Amino acid sequence: MPLLEARNISIRIPTEDGILHAARNVSFTVEAGSLFGIAGESGSGKSVLTQAIMGLLPGVEIEGECLFEGRDLLKMTPAELRALRGARIGMVFQDPLSSLHPYYTIGRQITEVIHAHEKVSNTEARARAAEMLEKVGIKDAAARLDDYPHQFSGGMRQRVMIAMALVLRPSLIIADEPTTALDVTVQAQIVALLDEMRRELGITVIMITHDLGLMASVADKVMIMYGGTRLEIGPAKGLFAAPAHPYTFGLLRASPAAARQGTELYSIPGRPPSLLARPKACIFAPRCAQVQPICQIEAPPNRAYACGTEALCHFEARIDRADTAPAQPARKPPTDRLLSVQDVALTYTMSSGFGAKRQLDVLKGITLEVARGETLGLVGESGCGKSTLARVIAGLVPATRGKVDFDGIDVGALTPKAWRDMRRRVQLVFQDPFGSLNPRRRVGAIIGEPFRIHGLAKGEARKNEVRRLMELVGLNPEHYNRFPSEFSGGQRQRIGIARALALNPDLVIFDEPVSALDVSIQAQILNLMQELQQKLGLTYLFISHDLSVVRHMCDRIAVMNAGRIIEMDATEQIFQHPQQDYTRTLLDASHVPPVPVQAQPRELLRLEQGAA
Amino acid sequence: MGKFIAKRLGFGALVLFVLSLFVFLLFFVAPGDPARIVAGDKASAEQLELVRQNLGLDQPMTQQYLHFVGRAVQGDLGFSYRNQQPVSELILRRIPVTISLVFGAVILWLAIGIPIGIMSARHPGGFRDRMGQVFILLGLSFPTFVLGMLALYTLYFLPKQAGFTLFPPSGYKPFLTNPLIWAWHLALPWATLALVTAAIYARLTRGQLLQVLGEDYIRTARAKGLSERKVVLRHGMRSTLMPLVTQLGADIGLMLGGVIVIEQVYGLQGVGSLAVQAVRNQDRPIIIGVVLLGGLFIVLCNIIVDLLYAALDPRMR
Repeated sequence: MPLLEARNISIRIPTEDGILHAARNVSFTVEAGSLFGIAGESGSGKSVLTQAIMGLLPGVEIEGECLFEGRDLLKMTPAELRALRGARIGMVFQDPLSSLHPYYTIGRQITEVIHAHEKVSNTEARARAAEMLEKVGIKDAAARLDDYPHQFSGGMRQRVMIAMALVLRPSLIIADEPTTALDVTVQAQIVALLDEMRRELGITVIMITHDLGLMASVADKVMIMYGGTRLEIGPAKGLFAAPAHPYTFGLLRASPAAARQGTELYSIPGRPPSLLARPKACIFAPRCAQVQPICQIEAPPNRAYACGTEALCHFEARIDRADTAPAQPARKPPTDRLLSVQDVALTYTMSSGFGAKRQLDVLKGITLEVARGETLGLVGESGCGKSTLARVIAGLVPATRGKVDFDGIDVGALTPKAWRDMRRRVQLVFQDPFGSLNPRRRVGAIIGEPFRIHGLAKGEARKNEVRRLMELVGLNPEHYNRFPSEFSGGQRQRIGIARALALNPDLVIFDEPVSALDVSIQAQILNLMQELQQKLGLTYLFISHDLSVVRHMCDRIAVMNAGRIIEMDATEQIFQHPQQDYTRTLLDASHVPPVPVQAQPRELLRLEQGAA
Repeated sequence: MGKFIAKRLGFGALVLFVLSLFVFLLFFVAPGDPARIVAGDKASAEQLELVRQNLGLDQPMTQQYLHFVGRAVQGDLGFSYRNQQPVSELILRRIPVTISLVFGAVILWLAIGIPIGIMSARHPGGFRDRMGQVFILLGLSFPTFVLGMLALYTLYFLPKQAGFTLFPPSGYKPFLTNPLIWAWHLALPWATLALVTAAIYARLTRGQLLQVLGEDYIRTARAKGLSERKVVLRHGMRSTLMPLVTQLGADIGLMLGGVIVIEQVYGLQGVGSLAVQAVRNQDRPIIIGVVLLGGLFIVLCNIIVDLLYAALDPRMR
């Protein structure tokens, strides 16, 4: 019997720009005891959907029917819903740091759930909180009840969140991107914990994620959302192995794991749809690789297949792999050395408010070399010092010890003038395409800034240079006068790359350049980076925590842990024959999305018209 | 913690020292002869010279300053030029008035401002929010003395004409003599000061709470099934306390140094009116005393705010 049954849910959010159709006619059923996955890119409506049915989004208009244990959530009064939240349905959110109240102890925050729903003494509530904390893997739980969230690590905080959601033994847990803010190895632990709790306590889990690899590894059933629409739903195994919808197929194909190193990635062209418009035809048609005339005229029917999969498409899956991008010519073997880092160490001395000084060793003796034209990947978990190393190499932070030699120049011993010259040759591209562009400056000014600073091109000449750069990174040069907010995440990252390339640098340091982007957009940016490297002979230092991206992009990989490089070798060598335990842990922890195979002929059960 | 307090106290002493230096320098750059003020317009040259010697004004500037500081640390701020009374005594006599005025008003303006701010933030854009905004705008744009005059007219003058006394027009009665009489006399000044200041606190509460209510941990609190009341008061307001404490510390510190307009309107003999008189009379020892007292209050309030920070935010401990 299904625990949750959602039928034809539509969600409209009134905004200043008009009505956002955050969900259109979405139906799904979640069997008791199963792990149901909802996947989709940002803006696909997956979080809004779950939060809206839980009554967490006041002010949205929601239609349809959502039966939980036989009662319709959408017809409940706010008080009835409130009695359900926390008690029968627990929720876990993405960022455990911001999702826990910073000013209350975790004991207080967990017992608060108990007190909100049951009349018990504080002693008993604390005992139950400690018991649940112990269960989710927090050692010495009773003593830690009086600690504050900031005294826990990221993974531990997420365990606290899970304990909080589980403490009243709900029958359903909704986990909204529970691992996205965590390190790879911690991600694996949290997913394992959720799975264990599901089996041990008989809890049903709805997990929302954009990480298809993770989804494929744990989910029983998966729903793929796009632009507020359910494009495909079905058993996880079948769905990932042989997707029935071109979008699902495209998402899986766009993962770097699906392509050979050095080849162009498959990418879904275009960008996610606006939720303001309400297309009569197929919502995915503008980006679909197999679009037919009818797709742009008529709404597609829902095709239910015998294997349990349902897809919203005019056609049965006709997915062929013939459209594999041609392999690019092999890269020239790297020749001379461009960068050498010798025994670089960096120590911060922190003085706390009470006078005592603490020393923090961020880098503990790093030695590496980068040859001209190659891509060196730098992987490691947060706090391992990889971004700091990038800053030291770029000359933005002086090293405490050791030497950074860039093309024969000692970066640590530069005159201010020489330092400025070097700035032209080493450039950085940052992770956050939203935070790293000044929102009040026009794109033309942002990309043209390097010319202004170095006094290179002026007036019309500078404008022409900027237009050339915009063209180079695939932006429309006519958008010269727009502000960053008018661009999507992927386009902003193109702006960042254009700015970095303005002065023809030798070395470009990419600090997590695609981790804030959706899979389909990520592939576009990675392809652009490879294309530019070929065209301009650039050398890349590529920092990432995503191993499949690093594997696809890099010639060599350096694995960092706690301020040291513990292993450095050719990419395939690292992946095939890791020498260090830590490297193996990292590799084991990363879930690679399965590569879809040729679709099998399916048996069609029924066709539902007007499903969306 | 003790070390932290000691450090802040040391810093506060430094601030007061610099402050005293500046005010003292004013003595020498400001026009007017202090001896003339003390001795009066008709005094002869000999008399003036005598006064100068008595006041130590014939000594070099540094000597005078050291002498002043030496006495000041012992609580001796010199004598008023006008009536030769000790400055510290004059100020001490007026401090209870100002303290009564400020602390009574603080309670009132928090009791008015914060609920209005919460009401506004809970229904952004709605009718209640608009009413809150109207209150805020009125409070911010109403000059204190106009509000004071208005209160006096409607609550004292009109009832008086009708033949009874609703509120007294002016004056201060000591708390210890009769708390009820004390409160009755202060009711109008409290209300006036509180209404004007409450607007600032309503605006601050509204803005901060709106921001906090968008935080992820508020969503968590709702997901726990807490009542909206608990979500807002326990989780939302808890984070709004910090900026409120900051503002409160600054306001109290400033006002304890004298609430000039209110004291004038309601004829309260507080530190503020003392300062006004001293400036009018060019009574420099009193001016210095009042300025140093104001500085002392601000320094103390800042230390208290810092300690409250540590108490409120576990991350700062």
